[in-house]
Amino acid sequence: MADDPFVLGGTSFTSRLIMGTGGAPSLDVLERSLVASGTELTTVAMRRVSPGAQGSHGSVLSVLDRLGIRVLPNTAGCFTAGEAVLTARLARDALGTDVVKLEVIADERTLLPDPIELLDAAETLVDDGFTVLPYTNDDPVLARKLEDVGCAAVMPLGSPIGSGLGIRNPHNFQLIVEHARVPVILDAGAGTASDAAFAMELGCAGVMLASAVTRAQEPVLMAEGMRHAVEAGRLAYRAGRIPRRHFAEASSPVDGIARLDPERPAF
Amino acid sequence: MLVVGGGIIGLVTAWRAAQRGFTTALVDPAPGGGAAQVAAGMLAAVTELHHGEQTLLGLNLASARRYPDFVAELTEATGADLGHRQCGTLTVALDADDRAHLRELHALQQRSGLESQWLSGRECRRLEPMLAPGVRGGLRVDGDHQIDPRRLAGALVTACERAGVAFHRTWAERLTVVRDRATGVVTADGTALPAGQVVLAAGSLSGRLAGVPEDVLPPVRPVKGQVLRLAMPERGAPPFLSRTVRAVVRGSHVYLVPRENGELVVGATSEELGWDTTVTAGGVYELLRDAHELVPGITELPLTETRAGLRPGSPDNAPLLGPSGLPGLLLATGHHRNGVLLTPVTGDVMAHVLTTGELPEEARPFSPRRFDAAALTEQPA
Repeated sequence: MADDPFVLGGTSFTSRLIMGTGGAPSLDVLERSLVASGTELTTVAMRRVSPGAQGSHGSVLSVLDRLGIRVLPNTAGCFTAGEAVLTARLARDALGTDVVKLEVIADERTLLPDPIELLDAAETLVDDGFTVLPYTNDDPVLARKLEDVGCAAVMPLGSPIGSGLGIRNPHNFQLIVEHARVPVILDAGAGTASDAAFAMELGCAGVMLASAVTRAQEPVLMAEGMRHAVEAGRLAYRAGRIPRRHFAEASSPVDGIARLDPERPAF
Repeated sequence: MLVVGGGIIGLVTAWRAAQRGFTTALVDPAPGGGAAQVAAGMLAAVTELHHGEQTLLGLNLASARRYPDFVAELTEATGADLGHRQCGTLTVALDADDRAHLRELHALQQRSGLESQWLSGRECRRLEPMLAPGVRGGLRVDGDHQIDPRRLAGALVTACERAGVAFHRTWAERLTVVRDRATGVVTADGTALPAGQVVLAAGSLSGRLAGVPEDVLPPVRPVKGQVLRLAMPERGAPPFLSRTVRAVVRGSHVYLVPRENGELVVGATSEELGWDTTVTAGGVYELLRDAHELVPGITELPLTETRAGLRPGSPDNAPLLGPSGLPGLLLATGHHRNGVLLTPVTGDVMAHVLTTGELPEEARPFSPRRFDAAALTEQPA
């Protein structure tokens, strides 16, 4: 929405949906899903896609280039701060961008972030001039520390990567959003459209997802659904929801209502 | 006519063309090489079914049905044993998440009218006792077989030679185009090879032949796959594995293909890394890790070979068959994961196209022109 731009790392976007490319059944489906999602920023795992493949006819990077979607390199698959820093630097050299989505994973079973390595890598990369967008646990304290070391956003997980379990701890999300001075982006866990809408209603600045779309039975339809969900959730957040009440409150006016004459049925 | 590329797709095209009476030449520095030297050779039309790929399923099934006759004919022509093994496939799940995923595949197979049978974990292990005790269930597909792609490639080279195909063992340097028509190729040693029809069947390199107009270049990219070969115990009853066993282990695909000669093929990674064919520690580790989880006993086997090949990936994972936008230039490429399976039908389809100028009914959805239209609608206003 033009009157409500999404500013991330100094760049302004219209779409608040960040997409990932992992898990798509084919390049063609991926391309149509990206178009349907309306995304303007898409992450690419630097360990799975070589920038050397950029020139090859029909590669992931050439599709993004053709669609005019910005590439956000990520450090998926890194287990130590050292690896993540190295991967980010390789991505900067290869793609000419100093924005990086930082992921440092603790183990393969849960794919949860390793908070200590993450903070360490974030600090190093910020000092090195990177715009760092860290994938983090839904921990308000860690989120604050990441912000303190100079991260340009925080990207807490709703639930583990690929699990589709939605936002398991909405209260933590609220705490993170309330205290953050940088954009908070839901990263991981969205399984369907309502998860994305809920994140936006909680005040997230954006939603990042991949599997929910790429592994859906009809990825292109789900991508369109997610686009609407993010927009709907954002509008609802800006509008301000009504307070929850225990009892009903009639929405139709009762003043001046017609009195029915039992002698003369209305219908 | 002239075929550029001597992998199994180029070879089968040349063989079928020569059989139909065409004077046929084939350009490739090493005919019989390419992705078939790495591929496991699963003929898995049913277990490879994916959501949204029902059109491709039709072609895969058509080719699978032709396999027995194709093998018989090629064996007759060359005397070669192709390692065709009608052993069936068992796809298993190791945890509740993967089991749910497999259930979904089973439902899709049933909706598509395919034969597959759901088995409990215990039933799976009765069929294949080397499977890990943790197997939670599986799908038995008795129609998904295997062939040894290296033997297939070798036999196709022999068949081509016997059918009179002229081999030019060098690189095709560039396509010659005269007045908007392909007229042949110039090879790396400068030889001009004129031809009335040129078939571009260069696998993952198909998008790179110089001289092909930009709007006709097939959108084919290399998709790297690392594959391991192990040796099963020679004598010993019962056999280590008696059919192809595969699984999705926490989201990544792994398969074990046991050959009659004792070779066990374990694959495969899927990486978008350009024309890189290095074998990496991580690739080997992940394959062994997942294969070990599936069949713990493999760690005792000798690891005899590690190799990476390049699948010719197309945007929709389906092949590009038939006339391109340039008169005189035909395509037989983009077979991605299914090159070995699609070899028989590709040979027949290309022979039909070369003879009649038109695609047979079954191959119409795979015309390369489907990407022309997409390219047109996507052009920015």
